[in-house]
Parts: sequence; structure tokens; C-alpha cells
Amino acid sequence: MRILSLAGRRLAASIPTLFLILIGVFLLLQLAPGDTVDAMMAQMGGGDAATARELRRFYGLDVSVPVQLANYLWRLVRLDLGFSAIYGKPVASVILERLPPTLLLMTSALSFAFFFGLVFGVIAARGVNRWPDTLISTVGLIFYATPSFWFGLMAIVVFSIYLQWLPAGGFEDIGTVSTGLWRVLDIASHLVLPSLTLGLIFLAIYLRIMRASMLEVLNLDFIRTARAKGLDETRIITRHVLRNALLPMVTLIGLQAGTMLGGSVVVETVFSLPGLGRLAYESVVQRDLNTLLGIVFVSALLVIAVNFITDLLYARLDPRITAEN
Amino acid sequence: MDAVKRYFRSPAAVLGLVLLLIIIGMALSAGYFYPRDPLALAGRPLVWPFANPRFLLGTDNSGRDIAAQIFHGARISLLIGGVATLIAVTIGVLVGALAGYYGGWIDNVLMRITEAFQTLPNFVLLLVLVAVFGSTLTTVTIAVGIVSWPAPARLTRAEFLSLRSREFVQAGRTLGMRDAQLILREILPNALPPVIVYAGVVMAVAILLESALAFLRLSDANVASWGNLIGLGRDVLRVQWYVSAIPGVAILITVLAVSLVGQGLNDALNPRLKQR
Repeated sequence: MRILSLAGRRLAASIPTLFLILIGVFLLLQLAPGDTVDAMMAQMGGGDAATARELRRFYGLDVSVPVQLANYLWRLVRLDLGFSAIYGKPVASVILERLPPTLLLMTSALSFAFFFGLVFGVIAARGVNRWPDTLISTVGLIFYATPSFWFGLMAIVVFSIYLQWLPAGGFEDIGTVSTGLWRVLDIASHLVLPSLTLGLIFLAIYLRIMRASMLEVLNLDFIRTARAKGLDETRIITRHVLRNALLPMVTLIGLQAGTMLGGSVVVETVFSLPGLGRLAYESVVQRDLNTLLGIVFVSALLVIAVNFITDLLYARLDPRITAEN
Repeated sequence: MDAVKRYFRSPAAVLGLVLLLIIIGMALSAGYFYPRDPLALAGRPLVWPFANPRFLLGTDNSGRDIAAQIFHGARISLLIGGVATLIAVTIGVLVGALAGYYGGWIDNVLMRITEAFQTLPNFVLLLVLVAVFGSTLTTVTIAVGIVSWPAPARLTRAEFLSLRSREFVQAGRTLGMRDAQLILREILPNALPPVIVYAGVVMAVAILLESALAFLRLSDANVASWGNLIGLGRDVLRVQWYVSAIPGVAILITVLAVSLVGQGLNDALNPRLKQR
């Protein structure tokens, strides 16, 4: 319970941050050339000033900026994100439709990066400054420097065009209607390349952090004790080193949540996945500012949620965190 | 002097420096080797690399010389990366110095703002900024700088927090130095080295951010940028994949070079951390 109250307090502290972001971005978007009504009029093929005035009144855009902001925040409290003129639906339902692919993509990319980062980090740390370490560190460095969208394109060239193993884009095969297990497999095969692409940079980061924290923990006294009492190396690594070396990795998940969400904008565009990131890109291109603001809200919320989960995990891995307070 | 010697003892750091010098050389010599506008039509479209000696790296979808775009693109990448880093580090040092030196409510307010910037995904904020201010070279550079300042700010703040109560600062205070003098003349020179080293990371990320923006066609379309070229090549990816592949390698090498130099500097300046 201590864990929950501790993490809960940090969650409460992030609410002012959330409002700061929303107010900031709301005011920023006031500077944008043209508002939602302009975008709608352009889509309708133009119209007269009276129609524009009517629409502005309908969407509450005819009042002063502070009043609009107050209205927006008040609606937000009731979880109403406004109306998307481009999609002709409430922003909340547009975003909800696009959320599952992004969450799936982020989860699978994170699992991939975390698992292989951990494994390669351990291998590199065990053979420090010998060839496995050098090889892994070099490859990690190259992954880190690779632009993800470019890696995605090259993966499409190799795996979808030449080898024809995996689909080049989309979330599922729309040609064939499949159900149950087949649908799951179909979606999974569509997510392999995007997850690899998104996970690659994070794999490089996790691997580096895992290696460093392994090396640090391996030098601590209790490891020497474990060795002295005759434990074999595998047991030392799995029981004693890993648990402690994992802490920085878990912190990193929270820190990188935002970067990962940002990365999914690009990756979803490369693989034409109908996710939140692609929606962000589309709403910029189509000047759908209401949706863009909604995405800002949801992505900040997602980052806060991931950090909350990370706090819980962290306290679970390291009991000292709850004991100290 | 010791640090320089240590730097050159690391093969990775030397390799990074050599690569960086090559990229800088390309940027400087772009006007000499390819004096024509790199975005002007040069020949038949989609000539494969090495197929025509006039176009060493081939031509893109509309018959523009890829090699010329790579050379001129080096200028754009280094320019945007460099200026954006300068902006990010300047804002970051300013915010971090004020927060770390004064503490109290100033620290609270500034750190809340920093937190807000860190909670909102970098790239999403970048999209918002581009949507609002448009995508010219200047606005994109400033936007990339604006989304990158929180990390340097936190680093500077941490340095200031540990330095502000040291003896030499207290001595300065006893001598009657004003806050501005203490911050700028006493603490800042000591706080700056780690921040400058970190600037390597900021620059690497800045180059990647701009190229991603350009790939999405949200950056300036009127300059020869590597990201733009990758975006163009996407249309002919099926057969002429080299149009996208070549500029991607250029970005990879540049980011690699900047990271290696940054890491080399870090190891050279903090030799005790090197064993990691």
C-alpha cells in the first residue's frame, strides 16, 4: 500500500504539469495561421463570411482567447476533447480508434528492446573489453545513429520486396476477412517490421545502460560475498546482479516513453499504420488543430501513465524505496 | 594537454573525428565540386549509381544529381544541427543556472516548466511548432532547438546545485560579488564542461529530428536536405531503393561521428569514468 500511495503522490504532482502543457499548447495554437473553421471552409471549397461567422459561433470560436481556453479546460474535465471538423466526429472517438495500434506497437517495440537490450547487455558485460563486448557495443552504436524511418524503409526493401516474407505496411490484411487466431497472426505479422524499426534505437540505449549497470553491480561487495560463498556464476548473475542492475533499465522506460511515442509518429507513417502517431502527422498536414491538441493531451497522459507504472515496478524491484520514506 | 593525448589514444574517438572532418569537408567543398544549384535538373531521372560517370551516385526521381544533394545536404544537416544545439544549450544553461543558483520558488517554477517539456513527446511538440510557425529553414532550426533544451537544463542545474556552496563561491560572495558576477564568472566556467560534452548528444538527436521532419515533408522543401531526399526516394522504393539508401547512410555516418566525438571528449575529460 505504501507503494501505491507513493506512486499516487507522484501521479498527483503531474496534474499541474499536464495543465501547464495544455495551456501552453492551446495558446501556441492560437498563433497558427487559420483556425478549424478556415480548414473546414477550405475543404468545403470556400464559402461566404456569414457562413464562417455562423460556424465560428457554433464551435465557440467567436469569443476571446481566455474564454475559449476556460471553455476548453472545462470541457476537458468532462473528458470532452471537442469536435474534429476534418473527420466529422468527436476528437475523443477519433483518438480512441487510433490508440490500439500505437499501444500495440509501443508495447511490442519496448519488449523487444528491453529483452534484447538486457540479453546483449549481460553478454557484453560478461566479456568486457573482449570481442563479444566490442562487437555488441559497435553494433549498438550504429543502431543508435540509424534514423528509424530509414531503417524502416530498408527493412521494407529487404523483407517485403526482395524476400517477400513480411507485409510492407498496414495494420491487417483488408483483402481477406479473418477472425480469431488468424486475425491475431495477421496483425502480428504486420507489426514485426514496425516494432523492430521503432525498437532498434531503444535496443541500443538499453544495451548500453544494461552493460554499464552490470559492470557497476559486479564490483559491489555483496557480489564478492556471493562468489566467496561458492555460488556459481549463472546463479550470481540471475539472482544477485540482474535484480539490481535492472533498476536503471526500469527508470529508462519512464524516461523514454515520450521519445518512443514521438518515434511512433515516423514509424507509423513509414508503415502506414493507422495509429496515434500517424493521426498526429495527418492533423498537422490537414490543419486539424482540435485533433492535434487532443493528441497532445493523450500523449502527455500516456507518458504520465507509463511513469506511474514504472514507479510501481521500481518500488517492487527495490524495497528500499518504500522503506526510506 | 593530457586530455588531448587521452582523446587520441581512443581509436573510436579518432574515427569519429576523422568522419566528422570528412563531413565538414564535404559541406565546405560543396560549392567547389557542385557549384550548380543541387535542386536543379541535371540529367535523366533515376540513373543508377556508377552507371554514368557524370553522376557518381546516380540521379533521383526528377533527374537531380544525388551526389550534389549529399554534399549540399551536409551543409544543411550541420547547420541545423549546430544552430539548434546552440539554441538548446543556451536556453538550457540559462534555465539551469537560474534554477540551480537561486533555488526556492524560482527553481520550482523553472523545473515545472522543464518537466512539462519533458512530459510532452519531443516529436509531437515539434509537429505542433511546425504546424504553427510553418516549415522554413529558420523556423525548423529554432523549433528543433526549443524541443531539445530540457536535458542540458537539468544537467546545468545539477552542476550549479553542487557548485553553489563551494568555498570559492562563498569567498566570492564575501568579497561582495553580485549574483550575476558569481553566476557568470565563478560558477558557469566550472559547470560548463559536462554541458559542452553533452552537446554532442543534443546535436546527434537534433540532426535525427530534422531528418525525420524532412522525411515527413514537414521541413523546408527548398533546400537540399538528406531527409527530403529519403522522403522522395520512398516513392520509387520498390526498384530504385538507392535514392533513399544513399542519404540515409550519410545521416548515419554524421550522427555516428558526432556521437563518437562526444563520447571521446567525455572519456578524455573524465578519465575516471572511462573503465565503464
